[in-house]
Amino acid sequence: MKNTCLHQAHIDAGAKMVDFGGWDMPINYGSQIEEHHAVRKDKGMFDVSHMTIVDLIGNEAEKFLLKILANDARKLSDGKALYSTMLNENGGIIDDLIVYKRGDNNYRIVVNAGTREKDLAWFEKQIVDFDAEISERSKLAMIAVQGPNAIEACLTALPKDIATQLSELKRFAAIDSENYFIGRTGYTGEDGVEILISEDNAVELWGKLLKAQVQPCGLGARDTLRLESGMHLYGQDMNDDITPLECGLGWTVRKEDFDFIGSDALTALRAKGITRKMTGVVLTERGILRHGQELIDDSGLTGVVTSGSFSPTTEVAIAMAIVDKNMGENVKVQIRKKQLPVKLMKLPFVRNGQSNI
Amino acid sequence: MSYVPDNLKYTESHEWIETLENGNVRIGITEHAQSALGDIVFVELPEEDSYATGDECGVVESVKTASDIYTPIAGTIVAANQALEDTPELINESPYDDGWIFEMEVDNADDIADLMSAEEYRNSIADED
Repeated sequence: MKNTCLHQAHIDAGAKMVDFGGWDMPINYGSQIEEHHAVRKDKGMFDVSHMTIVDLIGNEAEKFLLKILANDARKLSDGKALYSTMLNENGGIIDDLIVYKRGDNNYRIVVNAGTREKDLAWFEKQIVDFDAEISERSKLAMIAVQGPNAIEACLTALPKDIATQLSELKRFAAIDSENYFIGRTGYTGEDGVEILISEDNAVELWGKLLKAQVQPCGLGARDTLRLESGMHLYGQDMNDDITPLECGLGWTVRKEDFDFIGSDALTALRAKGITRKMTGVVLTERGILRHGQELIDDSGLTGVVTSGSFSPTTEVAIAMAIVDKNMGENVKVQIRKKQLPVKLMKLPFVRNGQSNI
Repeated sequence: MSYVPDNLKYTESHEWIETLENGNVRIGITEHAQSALGDIVFVELPEEDSYATGDECGVVESVKTASDIYTPIAGTIVAANQALEDTPELINESPYDDGWIFEMEVDNADDIADLMSAEEYRNSIADED
């Protein structure tokens, strides 16, 4: 099993460790729910060093991104971040990712840990036609500090010059200094940063953040936080067999030109008609919504829960589900032997710490 | 190492069984099981009915996952812990007392002796703890 450089810090903090795609990672440090609330109400930090970081440099780096990403890398100015999917020829989603522009034809990309091999192979396959190079930065650690008071805590834990820059950093922008790469991005729906640094610096920073009363949070809380915020998880809410147009990610697909991989398939799908959509689901009775549960409305239209859990902020069961585009309002979910009524709603369930339910 | 009281019996599926003064048994899940599940947020309580050994009779759900509860021996479920409906976290806080799940009238009291002892259960979870 692989360890991140913060492995010992997790053990010291009393983490319960689990196998997460070959990485020995903290699922919680005692209570997943308390960690969840820490991020919604105050501040928490996650070791996400298992994620795959690659740098893309070369004269045709932008051209390469325009080919492999469904979103438009031309929208990026220096120091800005963009969320995108990467599609196969059928329009299915290979992965979702964040790309940061560091300068002309100079980018940093963060992809999922679970899709590392598949993604790197795809990059290698597609880049041969371009004057650009991909290099993995496996020695970079990554700490996400999230919550309404996260930035404030980081200001005390970071070197003074970096803290000064951070205090002026806009959302979805990044600081790109020699030792600290800090994006004002995240996967919780709260304000915060994702800090990419060397392994030595990561251990020291983790310690300083602990001293600044930042709650260590496991991957369990990370999942309920992103679900409440309506953020997709690769492998559950999207995969190689579904297009972004059918799972609520149409907003990330560019419409001005059609020369990215998968665009022909999307055009064909639009012409034929899109039949599925992503929706939020709330269980109005006792119980928990889970991945794989089936939904049905009173006219027989169906859907399936892609991610479901108990929501600590709203204290009810919530889910993301892919359903028939015309699904009505009178919907039930099959949980074991029972059919229970659910309410469909627009994502997200929680915004700025407040319930939308 | 999780706490495993000496006076109880156990199953491989991490239920504990306590023999009450009237001969009925009270059943819950072990400290080890609640710890592995994490924060418990929902319990589907068993229906009062007769069951064979190893029947699925209820479900304990944590934020993370759902875990079935099984009847450790044959008998009739005569009570379920209604407090768990509103406070399922009792299973985390007090797995062997306030977090009990159901009570059974057993068909054959000899079945209880066949269940795992505290020592046997401790050994069975030693690798996981």
